[in-house]
Amino acid sequence: MLATEEVRQQIGQALKGQLADYVEIRIEEREASRIQYRGRELEDIGRSTSLGGNVRALVKGGWGFVSFNELGELRQKVELAVKQAHLVGKEVSKFAPVTPVVDVVEPQIMKDPRAIPLARKKSLLDEYNEIIWSIPKIQTSVIAYGDSGKRVIFANSEGSFIEQTKIDLSTRIVVIARDDGDVQQVVLSEGSSGDFGFMEGLHEEVRQAAKRAVALLSAPQVRGGEYTVVLDPVLAGVFAHEAFGHLSESDFVYENERLKDIMVLGRKFGGEHLNIVDGAALPGLRGSYKYDDEGVPATKTYLIREGVLVGRLHSRETAAKMGEKPTGNARALDYRHPPIVRMTNTLIEPGKVSFEEMIGEIKEGVYVKNWYGGMTSMEMFTFSAGEAYMIRGGRVAEFLRPVVLTGNVFTTLENIDAIGNDLEMNEGGGCGKGAQSPLPVSNGSPHIRIRKCLVGGR
Amino acid sequence: MELENILSRAKKLAEEAEVFLVTMRETPVGFEANRLKRLETRESTSVSLRIIKEGKIGFSATTKLDDPDALVRMAVETAQFGPLARFILPSAQVYPQIEVYDPGVEAIAIDNMVEIGDSLITKIRGHTPEILCQAGVSKSVGMVNILNSRGGEASYRKSFFTIGIEGMLIRDTDMLFVGEIDSSCRPITDLDALADTVIEQLELAKHTASVSTGQLPVILTPRGVRSAFFTPLVLAFNGSVVVQGASPLVGRQGEQLFDERLSLWDDATIDYRPASRPCDDEGVPSQRTALIERGVVANFLYDLQTAALAGSRSTGSGNRARGGMPSPSVSALVIEEGDTPFEEMIRDMREGLVIDMLIGAEQGNVLGGEFSGNVLLGYKVERGEIVGRVKDTMVSGNIYHALKELVAIGREAKWVGGVLKAPALYCPSLAVATKG
Repeated sequence: MLATEEVRQQIGQALKGQLADYVEIRIEEREASRIQYRGRELEDIGRSTSLGGNVRALVKGGWGFVSFNELGELRQKVELAVKQAHLVGKEVSKFAPVTPVVDVVEPQIMKDPRAIPLARKKSLLDEYNEIIWSIPKIQTSVIAYGDSGKRVIFANSEGSFIEQTKIDLSTRIVVIARDDGDVQQVVLSEGSSGDFGFMEGLHEEVRQAAKRAVALLSAPQVRGGEYTVVLDPVLAGVFAHEAFGHLSESDFVYENERLKDIMVLGRKFGGEHLNIVDGAALPGLRGSYKYDDEGVPATKTYLIREGVLVGRLHSRETAAKMGEKPTGNARALDYRHPPIVRMTNTLIEPGKVSFEEMIGEIKEGVYVKNWYGGMTSMEMFTFSAGEAYMIRGGRVAEFLRPVVLTGNVFTTLENIDAIGNDLEMNEGGGCGKGAQSPLPVSNGSPHIRIRKCLVGGR
Repeated sequence: MELENILSRAKKLAEEAEVFLVTMRETPVGFEANRLKRLETRESTSVSLRIIKEGKIGFSATTKLDDPDALVRMAVETAQFGPLARFILPSAQVYPQIEVYDPGVEAIAIDNMVEIGDSLITKIRGHTPEILCQAGVSKSVGMVNILNSRGGEASYRKSFFTIGIEGMLIRDTDMLFVGEIDSSCRPITDLDALADTVIEQLELAKHTASVSTGQLPVILTPRGVRSAFFTPLVLAFNGSVVVQGASPLVGRQGEQLFDERLSLWDDATIDYRPASRPCDDEGVPSQRTALIERGVVANFLYDLQTAALAGSRSTGSGNRARGGMPSPSVSALVIEEGDTPFEEMIRDMREGLVIDMLIGAEQGNVLGGEFSGNVLLGYKVERGEIVGRVKDTMVSGNIYHALKELVAIGREAKWVGGVLKAPALYCPSLAVATKG
């Protein structure tokens, strides 16, 4: 629909003969629908479409960027971006070479959300809402569902011309229980890269979430301090993302000499059992794709192998400046933004320890599950559990109010002393960096155990 | 004109209709690693349509202005399932005169913006040569148009100017982040104030200090107030949370739940503030709404639909995040100044913390008023003096306890990122957890 012969010619014409080291054009057409319940009442149902594009130009190390909704006069837009780049550039452009690609990528769709009528989507949310309201003491709930399909044309001055279609689905279900002035909530967050089926079997999870929300009203709060904590696969995935993933994004590192010294390949961050990977080439996940937003083929990158820093995530610019290979991690939220280095699917590889062994050795600790969110300043990071239990005498004991955990990348990874054998991926939520949020990603891990983890509390 | 065309087509198929158009042109200049890295121009246009058909709300949005029929079709499709409309769209209104446009913003040359960034970085590096700064200087102009089937019509032009700077200082594996941001509808001329704030942060963080786990008195700077209290407050007064009974403040209007010196309001009427405007995104006139008056819960923030559900009136708080369906949200929260100078608060403290920035504080049960975050920038106070920066420390609490009784409220209120104006707040006791 989008890449007609006319559009191809316009793009070709616009790119021709520009005085720049590199120019790229992206055109994006998107369709989306969303439904949101607040309490028993449907609050928001809407559909939207958008069409827009951008041009990015590199001249002597400086960048120009122009984004727009009106696609006419593409050549003038390219000229503006090139002019801007000329005003900035005063050095020599460094941009890792890649082989130009001409390709058309269709999505791997299991059950296409675009083919499912709004009525069906709504009735499914109705079912979940009924389950929530069947639990006593529920004050209210928020159920949000959204899906989108976008087709992106990417072309650059090196001859690449790629059309990619992507489908993304996500849901967030919040159950809120209240007792007088005390309000507690439980959040379920799930997503998929092309299968509406993920939405269809959540009945039991929703029921458990609602029950937990009520149980939180009478749950105690943990006392703040250092604990041995066990993270479930969902929260451990968030941990991998926050604790190490962001620090592996080379745009933080590539022009920072001191950080380069700290993040030198070969540095030991954890025990030999620790392996952390990121890659869009892992198939079928929300962070999966064939080419990134610079047209670079996706890869799978080991960040930590056997406890040692062995790799990092790159755009073409960061790769060139650090003398490493591009990894296909330059991503843009949409046409209004230039691509920056982002994670895709990030995971801690499974080890050998069973969950029972892991907690069996703990006299007093905290078992944390699910997630509210996470944040990092690179050195220090926080991540929060949606569900927490004390561990006493090697067993999971009383239910606690949700906790926020914090760590320091230079000590916490070393303090991981057990890695489970039960890898699971989570596709809920999204990642924010700069003004670009939420970007579809996935995280995963087996259960892990961390010694001396700082937990906030009363 | 496109709006009228869309409206007239929608009116053929629905009882009521409202069209919302926003266009923006933004020119950001970006610095990385202490030097100019990029120039950008971002132009955007989006139009959204809300209809009421057979009593139900339908909604659609697009950036494609050339296909009004598709926009109407999508709205009609969603209206079959939409929520019942409980409100009446506003008819023609007289809007307050609120200044939010200064032609001086558009007139600033790119060269000047580059100079601003350069001079800020130069000044900060004059203090700490090894610091690595990234900065952004951005000007933008937007135009909002609203037209509805009841004769309601609003349009206004708005300008923004924003300067932000963030510095990173690494010693061994210790990372220190400092920064400041300022925004206005007018050109920002006082660069020294921005640079001086960052330099002061660097001065205070020169040494490190340690605290022990337990309950400690805490002074939150305006930025600290933003990172710990803002989100729980915003949720508690949000009309859509209130009508669902999910706010801890439901049914507590008129009760004194906070310190009697604490007053808080939402204000979209202050001239040249980035959150100000003559009307909200539904065409309801902007106003100043008291939320806490001398510790007493006063009002909540409503858009048209939630106001109708609550049996109240819209407070002009209907906002459309990126052109979506309107929902209530704050414009700019203002906490009234108290009478205690910041230095006096510090002098008063035997042992405690000053919190300037927490990370992750908004991840817990914010709806219940809870916050729990890692201290990204904060200082230890001993016997009335700041002795150094603290790290690997978490501060936790609940706003309904933390703001119930304050030791003192700062004499000077400061804008934080355009959405909050707050003085420093001195809390008698918050939970502090730390390593070791």
